[in-house]
Amino acid sequence: MTNHSTKTTGSKKTTGSKPAARRQRRSRRGVGLGLRDFPTFKAVSYLVFAFLYLPLVFVVAYSFNSNRVVSVWRGFTFSWYSEVLGNDDIQRALFNSLRIGVVATVVSVVLATGLAIGLLTMARAGRTFAWTLIGAPLIIPEIVFAIGTLALFVQSRIPLGVNAITLAHIAFCVPFALLPIRARLRGVDPAVYEAAADLGAGEFTIFRRMTLPLLAPGIVAGALLAFIISLDDFIVSYFLAGPGGTTLPVYIFGMIRNAVTPGVNALSTLMLVASILIVSLSYLLARKRR
Amino acid sequence: MKAPWSATARQRRQAGQGSWWSGLPGVVYLIALVLLPLILIFIYSFLSRAKLGVGVKWQFTLTPYTELLYSESLSGGRSFDPTYLQIIANSFWYAIITSVVCLALSIPIAMWLATRPPERRTALVFAVTIPFWTSLLIRTYSFIIILNDNGPINGFLKGIGIIDEPIAMLYTPFATVVGLVYTFLPFMILPIYASAERFDFRLAEAAYDLGAAKWTVLRRVVLPSIRPGIIAGMVLVFIPALGSYLAPELLGGGKTSMIANVIAAQFGASRNWPFGAALSVLLLVITLLVLVVFAVVAKRASRAAGRGGWEALI
Repeated sequence: MTNHSTKTTGSKKTTGSKPAARRQRRSRRGVGLGLRDFPTFKAVSYLVFAFLYLPLVFVVAYSFNSNRVVSVWRGFTFSWYSEVLGNDDIQRALFNSLRIGVVATVVSVVLATGLAIGLLTMARAGRTFAWTLIGAPLIIPEIVFAIGTLALFVQSRIPLGVNAITLAHIAFCVPFALLPIRARLRGVDPAVYEAAADLGAGEFTIFRRMTLPLLAPGIVAGALLAFIISLDDFIVSYFLAGPGGTTLPVYIFGMIRNAVTPGVNALSTLMLVASILIVSLSYLLARKRR
Repeated sequence: MKAPWSATARQRRQAGQGSWWSGLPGVVYLIALVLLPLILIFIYSFLSRAKLGVGVKWQFTLTPYTELLYSESLSGGRSFDPTYLQIIANSFWYAIITSVVCLALSIPIAMWLATRPPERRTALVFAVTIPFWTSLLIRTYSFIIILNDNGPINGFLKGIGIIDEPIAMLYTPFATVVGLVYTFLPFMILPIYASAERFDFRLAEAAYDLGAAKWTVLRRVVLPSIRPGIIAGMVLVFIPALGSYLAPELLGGGKTSMIANVIAAQFGASRNWPFGAALSVLLLVITLLVLVVFAVVAKRASRAAGRGGWEALI
């Protein structure tokens, strides 16, 4: 593709003036020759970064607004935080979210570790099938997954609520838990296992003493990602919540629907901070010694 | 081609690296909670409506599918009703606009990122992914604050005297599309960046040496090279945008329903599960068709999507 492009542009060579001067000018620019000369690229990039972060900044900023009307600034206050943190319903929702998140994380990480190891030695057909299943929750529209699991639970008479949400969350946490683990596993030199086997270690010993410690950073990174994905999920939780299964995002949705006060922003800010801290931690762990 | 140390499956197993059956619990779990719900939705779409709304009556019918095109009056007569076709068309329209806007924003930033010094690149790419990891609900909600009549945009425009009356932005199709673009922008930037990063900038240099103008280089050299990333990005944005629920729900104000909102309504207030299931089947079929179309357009798209898409997020 590129060959042909350079060839055709060659026909315009006549425009060239003083090659030496041009070469010198270019050498100062370093990598990405010429492309830095698209000033619009830089401007658009800055705008895109602003676009990505300003909405979050506004959520945080207005959480300190003393006016009941969110977007009309009156003065600075912390009171929304104490109001939100002291609310019994919110505490219950937070507890539900954490409980679902922790259980979904533990189970999905165990399943994902098994999958990561199993995928290495699966036959081709099995591997394709497994990958399709793993990727499916990311491709199928979330609403379809939500009502599908709703139908499943209603049909099999599993009561809606915290446990139903947990069961569903595990399914879409698996791919997120799997990727860092798999990346870690692929970086392991197979020779270490051979060495262990040569020294007389059995399958289980190798798994416990070698595989697990080697995978540990990937497992922790995967667990953190799975936890955020569960914590932040709204749509699936909303459909499976039933009477007692209100999670934090489901509660926030109700607040947005009823009356938007800076309380929504305070709660949202806490969730944003949690998400960003956790993903940064996961990122640092995953990059470690990669 | 295999590297010499890349052993066959059998040899690896002998070396104590575990066995395929360790993946079995995961596969079984996903069959139960991903495959089974999809099968159930498919079955539901051919069943009758339950008397009291929740669930279905186990009686075969094609009504859920005919309901897509015809509405039944109380007297039993059928008449053509384009409501749902219109909503499907709208969904496509929003998803297309979203993809195109994301693409227009992503090419410059992807190229810009790819030309940063390597040490800063990683941090910048991470900065692009961070919003993805925050709650979708909160991200969507943030535009309620920004776009409402008293929000910062209207406040700013009033402040500098451009407008006297606030511009109604919230609860319009515009708000929905802005929310969708915001939600899916990282999915476009990352795969294009992944392609751009592999671009050999000496090719651009060569093109300049041969006298090509800046835009010629961009159009004839750079764009063809990052095409796999562009196609992957289009898939990764278009598909989830088409099935979006939150942006039209919160920002569209009921005026801009998309397919997902209609599905949700059938399992909620409208209490017509089979029809909701039929719409879900339709949405899934469209999703698969789009995937196939893009795969035909570029065989490399799926690989690039895997490498630069959600895998790049992690």
